[in-house]
Amino acid sequence: MEKFTAHTGKAAPLRRANVDTDQIIPAVYLKRVTRTGFGDGLFAAWRSDPEFVLNRPEHDGATVLVAGPDFGTGSSREHAVWALQDYGFQAVISSRFGDIFRGNAGKAGLLAALVDHKVVERLWSLLEQDPATPVTVDLEQRLILAGTGEDAIRDSFDIDDYTRWRLLEGLDDIGITLSHVDEVEAYEAHRSPLRPTTVPAG
Amino acid sequence: MRTTLAEKVWEEHVVRRHEGEPDLLYIDLHLIHEVTSPQAFDGLRLAGRRVRRPDLSIATEDHNVPTVDVDKPIADPVSRTQVETLRRNCAEFGVRLHPLGDADQGIVHVVGPQLGLTQPGMTIVCGDSHTSTHGAFGALAFGIGTSEVEHVLATQTLPQVRPKTMAVNVDGELPEGVTPKDLVLALIAQVGTGGGQGHVVEYRGQAFRTMSMEGRMTVCNMSIEWGAKAGMVAPDDATFAYLEGRPHAPKGKDWEAALDYWRGLVTDQDATFDREIHLDASAVTPFVTWGTNPGQGVPLAANVPDPSDFDDPDERLSAERALAYMGLQAGTPMRDIRVDTVFLGSCTNGRIEDLRAAAEVIRGRSVAEDVRMLVVPGSGRVRLQAESEGLDVIFKEAGAEWRGAGCSMCLGMNPDQLAPGERSASTSNRNFEGRQGKGGRTHLVSPLVAAATAVSGHLATPADLSHAV
Ligand code: SF4
Repeated sequence: MEKFTAHTGKAAPLRRANVDTDQIIPAVYLKRVTRTGFGDGLFAAWRSDPEFVLNRPEHDGATVLVAGPDFGTGSSREHAVWALQDYGFQAVISSRFGDIFRGNAGKAGLLAALVDHKVVERLWSLLEQDPATPVTVDLEQRLILAGTGEDAIRDSFDIDDYTRWRLLEGLDDIGITLSHVDEVEAYEAHRSPLRPTTVPAG
Repeated sequence: MRTTLAEKVWEEHVVRRHEGEPDLLYIDLHLIHEVTSPQAFDGLRLAGRRVRRPDLSIATEDHNVPTVDVDKPIADPVSRTQVETLRRNCAEFGVRLHPLGDADQGIVHVVGPQLGLTQPGMTIVCGDSHTSTHGAFGALAFGIGTSEVEHVLATQTLPQVRPKTMAVNVDGELPEGVTPKDLVLALIAQVGTGGGQGHVVEYRGQAFRTMSMEGRMTVCNMSIEWGAKAGMVAPDDATFAYLEGRPHAPKGKDWEAALDYWRGLVTDQDATFDREIHLDASAVTPFVTWGTNPGQGVPLAANVPDPSDFDDPDERLSAERALAYMGLQAGTPMRDIRVDTVFLGSCTNGRIEDLRAAAEVIRGRSVAEDVRMLVVPGSGRVRLQAESEGLDVIFKEAGAEWRGAGCSMCLGMNPDQLAPGERSASTSNRNFEGRQGKGGRTHLVSPLVAAATAVSGHLATPADLSHAV
């Protein structure tokens, strides 16, 4: 996993609440057996609408998504995160995320920045007025920065310390756990023999 | 310290606890299916890792599989690739697999309990959000993403941040004709789709003590639909009776020892939850959804709501969108809504008890003209059991389609799909836009309402049907 310290890029305002993972990537796109190529299915139902935010030329090349509350609720499909990444997004900003989506994002290296809904509203109006304005998501300082002058946005976002540390270090979870394999073995040594196994029962 | 059931199970599984890190939890059972596992196995292969505990893992094919012509190769090449990839991965890594055609093939959340692999006090995960189903046995069970699937495969553990706890206390008993599905739909309508976020929920109270294991599974299944991480019911005699004699349940002396341990899996008298919710079961009536998330529901006796009735602007907007998508007019009585398709099945309501309840309503009646009814058992075993009771004959004589086991029309991923604009009454758990097929319109209902709706052609309860059969 690549280290994530700070990212600055164009941002797309997704003015919708309750965008569940079926909307982010419909089930028909889940049939691949690889990790890439899901960008085509991102928001599939809306992509044929020329007015949809990602189809607007002014938001071409956006790498930060500013979404309404309850983004990524519903199904556990991690493909939702891969689709966003495959499309080019590096960070999603919202005032509420689905729990599993947020966990998946952290693991795959997509920054899910949790902010107060007021910050989302301000980013939306800023981006609608000036779509080219770059948005910075600074993980080291936990800050979102955008715009200049009076309307400049400089607000902190929430992310749990552990996920932040892993993203900053670019560490993958399995490697971390395998470095504690002695503790796993110690646990297994004392695990109750009553727990079932999947070995076919006679 | 006084602890809750969830905390007890959690504490028993902590492999490593370190300041500033999530707890590392041991996983007792890992359920695997074809959709969320290929990239995980791929990751293992790329890193030269093995499956640490194949003996605590089990796989089945459910999401992609057709429910007719199951002896023929899967027609859709992409689905076929996913299923074949699972078969190859299980063979290569030594994981037990129940493939299409096997009696123990079926929806993962139906297969685990019926094999007796789902037991009280366990930690159970699966790359599927409805893993919460297994909490009905007093297990801590939750859905995970594919990276986590890979993590569990490689290490049999999972780093997890300790969730908050919540109690849903349901006093009283459900009235005649009202099912656990109605209860959970009413609960979600009350608390909202985000109401349980960050919490492990324990369902408590009289209503759960008198509820069947199947009913408890239905409620726990839908925990994720109101945002909860997991749902649990403390094990009791109903749990033990369900488990006794199942293939993987402990036997003889072990059974007695297990009972001793399981009986201790309860929330201590004066333990506290971070949040508590109270509900009165006796006030619940048959409940259905009108919108495009499981929280957008009303009693069947009510009308389609008017978006302007919602104070919250986000909710109003989402109601407007939902009505447009669903093709519904505010104020229409729910009972007047006609459907094209009725789907009886899924990990929410595809167990034997659900099929029995629906068959009782259908018996001697017929499915309305212009209505298609799909009856899809949750697993091969459920199908065999139903056939041995003659339920298949009841459904077929009424004009319903009797299918093989799988997720089927619960999600638009296999051949069983709604056409654009088609409307269904579905016993599944999600009514999201396009969930059952692009442009499809879903009303979530109980098995009883599904059966009555199939007969009358519009949303109905069994009590609405004429008594003359
Ligand atoms: S039946 Fe539906 S909800 Fe259950 S596992 Fe299958 S697709 Fe998921």
